[in-house]
Amino acid sequence: MEKLLEEFSLGLFVWQSLAFVILLFLLKKFAWKPILEAVDEREQGIKSALESAEKAKLEMENLQADNEKLLKEARLERDAMLKEARDMKNRMIEEAKDEARDEATKLMQQAQQAIISEKHAAIAELKSQVALLSIDIAEKVLKSELANEQKQTALVESLLKDAKIN
Amino acid sequence: MDRAFKYNLFLSIFLGFTSILTASTEPSGTDKKTEIKAYINHHLKDSYDFSITSYTDDQGQHQYIGFSLPIILWDNGLKVFSSSKFHHGETVAEVDGNFYAIEHNKIYKTDEKGTINYDEHHHPKNAKPLDFSITKSVVMILITGALMFFLFRNLARSYASNGSIAKGAGRFFEPIVLYIRDDIAIPNIGQKHYKRYMSYLLTIFFFIWFLNIFGLTPLGVNVTGNIAITFSLALLTFLITNFTGNKNYWKHIFWMPGVPVPMKIILAPIELLGVFIKPFSLLIRLYANMQAGHIVLMSLIGLMFIFKSWLGSSLSFGLAFAISLIEVLVALLQAYIFTMLSALYFGFAVEEHHDEAH
Repeated sequence: MEKLLEEFSLGLFVWQSLAFVILLFLLKKFAWKPILEAVDEREQGIKSALESAEKAKLEMENLQADNEKLLKEARLERDAMLKEARDMKNRMIEEAKDEARDEATKLMQQAQQAIISEKHAAIAELKSQVALLSIDIAEKVLKSELANEQKQTALVESLLKDAKIN
Repeated sequence: MDRAFKYNLFLSIFLGFTSILTASTEPSGTDKKTEIKAYINHHLKDSYDFSITSYTDDQGQHQYIGFSLPIILWDNGLKVFSSSKFHHGETVAEVDGNFYAIEHNKIYKTDEKGTINYDEHHHPKNAKPLDFSITKSVVMILITGALMFFLFRNLARSYASNGSIAKGAGRFFEPIVLYIRDDIAIPNIGQKHYKRYMSYLLTIFFFIWFLNIFGLTPLGVNVTGNIAITFSLALLTFLITNFTGNKNYWKHIFWMPGVPVPMKIILAPIELLGVFIKPFSLLIRLYANMQAGHIVLMSLIGLMFIFKSWLGSSLSFGLAFAISLIEVLVALLQAYIFTMLSALYFGFAVEEHHDEAH
């Protein structure tokens, strides 16, 4: 320790401190500050460039994803439309078939009804015709037969018999 | 905690290594050996003239190669004269009727004949004038300062002229500047405060590194192995640490949070002592490492002249060469350690208040 103190030179200490402090301030003003600022600026530049590249990449990816999505949507929509069309066609056919069937049955029913009513009418007509004819016949028969009373009564009886059969 | 432990381990390994090296050089008795020892001692010290080498000519006279430096003394008025007046410490210099002589690398006021009176401890009793001479070390400091200013101003300018890209020698130094910022300042001080300390950390790193390297050149000026230099550097770290210390820093010293009151009382003086020990360890570490390196290197070179055989001399030359390679590493390492520890202390000074768990 004593040796160290003996070695200590005040002059050298003063010169060193003075020179170092001056050097510190000179370097700070003319070297360190501009160097660190330049390096900082450069790093910021690199950072922002990288960031914007990353952003562009992300945007690109987004765009691609969007495209993909749109394409998918379009495809889906097309499929849906096709399906709908197919469904509608089927439905229409089905409906048409149903309608046709309904119409046919309706027609059949109408025809049947018409036939029945015609038949009834025909029967009625026939009945009235038969009645007229029988009256005519009866008249003629009566005219010829009813020349005598016996025959008249016999005829009436036989006619009545016949009428009952019908 | 982990980081501090690693540093400690690293430092202790390193310091242990250098102490082994110094222990292996034991000078002893004979004439040649004492001469070499004296030479090494002389080399380790600062000197009043810039001598590169000296030799003894045919007439047995010491001849010096180098140049004189100005001597500046304050002794009842400013006295400035050339160191050539001392004739390398061999004669008495007379200035304005006052006589000065150099004894053990210090200037004393003497009489006409240069008599030095010693006390019982063999210390000179003569008066010492205040000595502000431009010594060899001061010259090296100024040269280093000028070199640094030139180098880094050029680096700063090259950004503007070369589109934000360093040019020339700056390309080598820029990564080191960035390393100090990213791996020393930011991790130790923190993103928020590190900018305030950057100038100091950068200056101190390059200053110590350059001076260490200059110490290894054939000029061999042992500047960073001088206690006055390391004291000055450590003092700056000490002042900056304590003048920028925040409330939390002082609280940790005088009233350690998170421990019981009696413990706080015990810790306060220890912590206060630590405030001084930290920079003191900085100054001793740098001084001892550089001093030791120079001693080892010069001793090994000295061995060549002691062995005087082709085997021994070439072996010690090989060893000296290997050690100088290690010293190049040490030069960088010591600069790094000084900077790193300064940053660590600054980090303590500006640490924000955090959890009680410490």
